[in-house]
Amino acid sequence: MTEGPLPRNGSDVIDGTTGEAAAQAAASPPARKETARSAAWKAQLAAWAFLTPMVIYMIAFYLWPLLRNLDLSFRDYTLGSFITGNAKFNGFDNYVKILTDPAFPTALRNTFLFVAASLLFQFSIGLALAVFFHRNFPLSTTLRALFLVPWLLPLLVSASVWAWMMNSDSGVINYFLQTIGLHPIYWLTSPTWSLTAVTVANIWIGIPFNLVLLYAGLQAIPEEIHEAAAIDGASKSQAFWRVTFPLLRPVSAITLLLGLVYTLKVFDIIWVMSLGGPGNSSMTLAIWSYRLGFGGGSPQLGPAAAVGNVLIVIAFIFGIFYIRAQRRALRS
Amino acid sequence: MNTKAFRFARVGAAVTSLALVGILAGCSSTPSSSDTPSGGSSPSASAGGTYTLWDPYPDRDASSTWAAAINACASTLGITIDRNSGNTGDTVKDLTTAAGNLPDIAMVDNPKVSTLAAAGLLTTTTDNGLDTSKISPNILSAGVIDDKTYGVPVGANTLGLYYNPTVLADAGVDIASVVDYPSLTAAIKKVVAAGHKGITFSAVGTEEGTFQFLPWFWGAGADLTALDSTQSVAALTLWTNWVKDGDAPQSVITNTQGTSWDEFKTGDFGFAENGSWFQGDADTAGYKVIQIPSMSGGAAAPAPTGGEFITIPIQTDTSRYAMSSKIVECLTEGDAGATALGYVAPTADGAAAQVAANAAGANQFWVTAVGDAKPRTADNLGIKYPIISEQLYTAIQLALSGGASPTDALKAAQAAAVKNIG
Repeated sequence: MTEGPLPRNGSDVIDGTTGEAAAQAAASPPARKETARSAAWKAQLAAWAFLTPMVIYMIAFYLWPLLRNLDLSFRDYTLGSFITGNAKFNGFDNYVKILTDPAFPTALRNTFLFVAASLLFQFSIGLALAVFFHRNFPLSTTLRALFLVPWLLPLLVSASVWAWMMNSDSGVINYFLQTIGLHPIYWLTSPTWSLTAVTVANIWIGIPFNLVLLYAGLQAIPEEIHEAAAIDGASKSQAFWRVTFPLLRPVSAITLLLGLVYTLKVFDIIWVMSLGGPGNSSMTLAIWSYRLGFGGGSPQLGPAAAVGNVLIVIAFIFGIFYIRAQRRALRS
Repeated sequence: MNTKAFRFARVGAAVTSLALVGILAGCSSTPSSSDTPSGGSSPSASAGGTYTLWDPYPDRDASSTWAAAINACASTLGITIDRNSGNTGDTVKDLTTAAGNLPDIAMVDNPKVSTLAAAGLLTTTTDNGLDTSKISPNILSAGVIDDKTYGVPVGANTLGLYYNPTVLADAGVDIASVVDYPSLTAAIKKVVAAGHKGITFSAVGTEEGTFQFLPWFWGAGADLTALDSTQSVAALTLWTNWVKDGDAPQSVITNTQGTSWDEFKTGDFGFAENGSWFQGDADTAGYKVIQIPSMSGGAAAPAPTGGEFITIPIQTDTSRYAMSSKIVECLTEGDAGATALGYVAPTADGAAAQVAANAAGANQFWVTAVGDAKPRTADNLGIKYPIISEQLYTAIQLALSGGASPTDALKAAQAAAVKNIG
């Protein structure tokens, strides 16, 4: 239930540490006559000693599960396989099965819409709020703290509350719509609206994350630059679009990428609110993977792992885009 | 301020990742290879040894009548029973991942017995020497696959059609007039016309949805091997029209049986399809119940049986089966176990005792209803059932939400079921 900030900062911390350790290893002193050799060797040893726990941790908790999942996706793994320990290797059968399944285009489309709409609104609302709070005014700290509430609530609670509010018959949202003379919307019980409903809830949950990161990014922009721009006669909007926004680009990029990786795998909100339904109408790849593996029916662990790997590949591709964009930015 | 917030987030993330690591470590620890559950850790281990029992009733704590029934059997047999309660949905997962270190006794939802049996996790009565001669055959059949019996029911529950006499009186509906689908729909429409709400049920996109649909499906004469038959379409059209015409609320699409019952308890609904486990609650509120009618009248529709099976998973030390069988026999004979769980007892003697005591969920009405009911995996569907059920509830969801017509939804479901069964 704590996934929110976890993967982002989790990987962040790891990168930092390995980076430092590597730097340490690289910084082993250049040969300095007799003692230098053993000193260098000692430094090497120490470097490895520092690295080992991290390497073991990475292998045990990241690499191994990833490889297992990859292996699983190429096997016909049934419940019986748990007992016998054997699962027949079936090549790309699982991948063929999921890619030709009529549910695949639906899940892919839903995932795309869910992620795109979530990122667009989370980012723009988060940025607007960050800019708003950047001009410190009385009570701004308290107000900003309030905006963090969605982040602090367990996802299960947030999702349940949204599901209640969006209840077709007795939800407060429909009550409101009817009082102002509109037709009620069957948020979670109509295939036309269910994806929108879960996306709205996800946007609400993701705003604080964007707000915090972008606010921190804004604080890091020196005030003098704004002053200089003002002296040069830049209008408020010019100052924002020509100065603030470009300077915020690195922070924006990391916020969007982390948001993307997180949103791609969102499961709990959708599962609690709609189970991916009605039918498959709000089923994303993450939901589909769970349904295949543990949902109804009989467990299809191979295909479920294959869907999971498709998700990882998608996240990986965007990760590469990000790294390339960052390199280009560094070079220029 | 921003750095503070940032640091806060980082510390939080670090703490949560540590917690997660702990959880992962817990999950991935390989079960110890020793197959004899150690009595050493339990100070109260009796001379007869310690036997482990998994049940899916975490809401029944150590002071519950169910725990008392288990303890009574333990002391009769001179052993200690180590009870471990998990979530219903996780039992199959837990059992499969525990392979190699299985409990002596595992209680699983009846449609899952065939799946676990097919995986080779369960012993048959030939292996464990369990006597099933007293168990009612219609309930037992959920555990019978290819003439082999993989466990016995602790009891059974089933579905009925509850009604609110106050609402019906207000709408001028005589419950005796409800004998088939058209007369039920007419009664519901009368209730709605009188300003009340019609009927509530659960059509959620899980096994529960299929469970609730089956009486109407079987009552129309449909068969699970042909989801696109005209009878099947007729049953789904009945439900779809109720929702479309406002006779049933939109919420049935997301209702679990629990939330559906909560709706009914608002007191504004005329009818509710729900289980025998709410009989006690219904008595308090003054609700009554009838068997679900069939499409064209006559005998009531066969409702599906619910409830868990007590199974004996395979052990390396086969000498343990003898005692495990005794535990199972103790829990299923008489009515102590079934009554504690609110089920109809699996044996004729037990059910008779319950009727005499007018037990909640096991009075004369429900004993008759369970007698008319049939297990979901019957007709030798076995492991095909979960696959068919998944397609069926998907079709129900599609039709009720207006995503497809009942005919198209069921046609697609049948095609997908055939494809997945292979």
